[in-house]
Amino acid sequence: MDRSSPSRSRRLAPIVAVAAAAALTLAGCASAHGGKKAEEAAQNASAGKANTPRMTVALVTHQAPGDTFWDTVRKGAEAAAAKDNIKLVYSADPNAGNQANLVQNAVDQKVDGIAVTLAKPDAMKGVIGKAEQSGIPVVGLNSGLSDWKKLGMLEFFGQDESVAGEAFGDKLNTTGAKKIVCVIQEQGNVGLTQRCDGVQKTFKGTTETLYVNGTDMPSVRSTITAKLKQDSSIDTVVTLGAPFALTAVQSVGDAGSKAKVATFDLNKDLVKAVQNGSIEFAVDQQPYLQGYLAVDALWLYKYNGNYSGGGVQPVLTGPAFVDKSNVDKVAEFAAKGTR
Amino acid sequence: MSMAQQAEPALGRPPASGPKESDGRTARRPLALRLLARPEVGVFLGAAAVLVFFLIAAPAVRQGSSMATILYQSSTIGIMALPVALLMIGGEFDLSSGVAVISSALTASMLSYQLTLNVWTGVIVALVVSLAIGFFNGWLVVKTGLPSFLITLGTFLILQGVNLAVTKLVTGNVATDDISDMDGFAQAKKIFASSFDVGGVQVKITVVWWLVFAALATWVLLRTKYGNWIFAVGGNKESARAVGVPVTFTKISLFMLVGLGAWFVGMHNLFSFNTVQSGEGVSNELIYIAAAVIGGCLLTGGSGSAIGSVFGAFMFGMVNQGIVYAGWNPDWFKAFLGVMLLGAVLINQWVQRTATRR
Repeated sequence: MDRSSPSRSRRLAPIVAVAAAAALTLAGCASAHGGKKAEEAAQNASAGKANTPRMTVALVTHQAPGDTFWDTVRKGAEAAAAKDNIKLVYSADPNAGNQANLVQNAVDQKVDGIAVTLAKPDAMKGVIGKAEQSGIPVVGLNSGLSDWKKLGMLEFFGQDESVAGEAFGDKLNTTGAKKIVCVIQEQGNVGLTQRCDGVQKTFKGTTETLYVNGTDMPSVRSTITAKLKQDSSIDTVVTLGAPFALTAVQSVGDAGSKAKVATFDLNKDLVKAVQNGSIEFAVDQQPYLQGYLAVDALWLYKYNGNYSGGGVQPVLTGPAFVDKSNVDKVAEFAAKGTR
Repeated sequence: MSMAQQAEPALGRPPASGPKESDGRTARRPLALRLLARPEVGVFLGAAAVLVFFLIAAPAVRQGSSMATILYQSSTIGIMALPVALLMIGGEFDLSSGVAVISSALTASMLSYQLTLNVWTGVIVALVVSLAIGFFNGWLVVKTGLPSFLITLGTFLILQGVNLAVTKLVTGNVATDDISDMDGFAQAKKIFASSFDVGGVQVKITVVWWLVFAALATWVLLRTKYGNWIFAVGGNKESARAVGVPVTFTKISLFMLVGLGAWFVGMHNLFSFNTVQSGEGVSNELIYIAAAVIGGCLLTGGSGSAIGSVFGAFMFGMVNQGIVYAGWNPDWFKAFLGVMLLGAVLINQWVQRTATRR
């Protein structure tokens, strides 16, 4: 920005020197294990491409920045867009008011279709109505299972969080768990609360809830450790996101507890943990599928008038269980970050 | 750069006078009151009150291993709260410190993984990057004269976006790849994220580093020329400059110290959890600042202590974990946390007022 001062270059000199030294050490410091080299180039499934005219679809979610789950949703949506000759406009904001503005933005752009999540349905009511008035088809995904029909949306792709929680509880009953702690990484998130409530509904033992600060892993780790120490009768830790499950495994070790860990949602490290037995099972709502189907559905609607579920029934993408018995099948896809 | 500012009366409370010295101004006041007037004593009593409270309310806290967990949580806050406290004494503060921790961890992780290098290379480059972020903050604050609130809010947003965008660009995901099987990992883990046995209790190494850094920061602050500079630039920048304190150097180096802390905690996160999610770290900056303020640092600068931030961080960790150990209804978690912290700060303030009242 400013190169006029000679004293600055003198001050920068040590920094440059350090950087140069670092660069020099790079050559001699190659790791013989792991790393990018170990990761074989993922073979891209190259499906055929639609020859329909290019259309634009907006995908508007309530993703918080840097969340692995939403990244997978987006990847699914991008795959469908690439296949259907669709220009995908992705935007997200965890704040409901801001998310509504993003939908309004898509309506203003006169896109050919909108896919939207309904984490806070009331806030989205107005803008979705506007989209429909402008003749833009709107589909729902991920959250809003009980509201998409009321809002006049075309179809819905997702998992019923309560149903997933209930299935989770059933599965826990077969593992012989007696007392579980359900770890919520974001206080006040409706979907996460529904999961824990669902688990509690079908699980025959005792359920406790624990809130942790999801943006601070050391804090997550010590809080779960504290809980396990406070109540040594807890035999299973239930987490609601893959990174928290992996951290919970460390907490169990720290606390010297024998508790098992089971979780909602997947990522590639979690798949490894299921393979090596440190995590019992994961329930997967297949976020890739949600993103893919929502975008693909808008294409089908435009060019063939189809809509899944006939506009009455939602299309459920989960819950699918991943445990030792089927994890190897999932592993190769998870390695690519799409499962 | 003389030592003339050592006894600079215009700069408010003379920092270098330890409790043992008596220089006529404090001689008439009893020792107990003089001790109580130290900025860290209030928070020490507050932290002690919280500790006693939870020792009574939560039986699980009485185990050694529980204390190790509490100290672990406190240490990851406390290691950052130390440079943040020094920076605040120097009259500035840094909103980017929470995400800077994650920036550092992401740099080390992605560089090592993508280029398949020994992880130490990533660790060293991350250090350079962290110091550069600190330098950038400090340089911009000094050059523009704008409030550090604005500058570091900008850096905070930049880093938050860069963390996400670069990670996505480089790895194709929003989290980094697992580097735990790479060369140098085990070695680095020993330094940044191991634990050791003390009488059957597993203690995390961050606790040791935290105390070492706290001792170092306290010594620097109270016994070195640089420490005097910090108080001087925080108290009154212009008069500090007038007596020959290198204001620019002091401020920029303080921001770089925060960078150093961010690097250290970032490395702990990386070697403790093997991967890093790019969205983490947000809002932790407020916890670091809170620990420093609870520890007796003035928001306006010029006063405070390093050791106070240790008790501040401990109090935060104690309350955070104590609520869990006590098994209270978790729906109230945040509310409990807020009430306990406010209560402790009020005790702190009351002690200070009582002690300094004439």
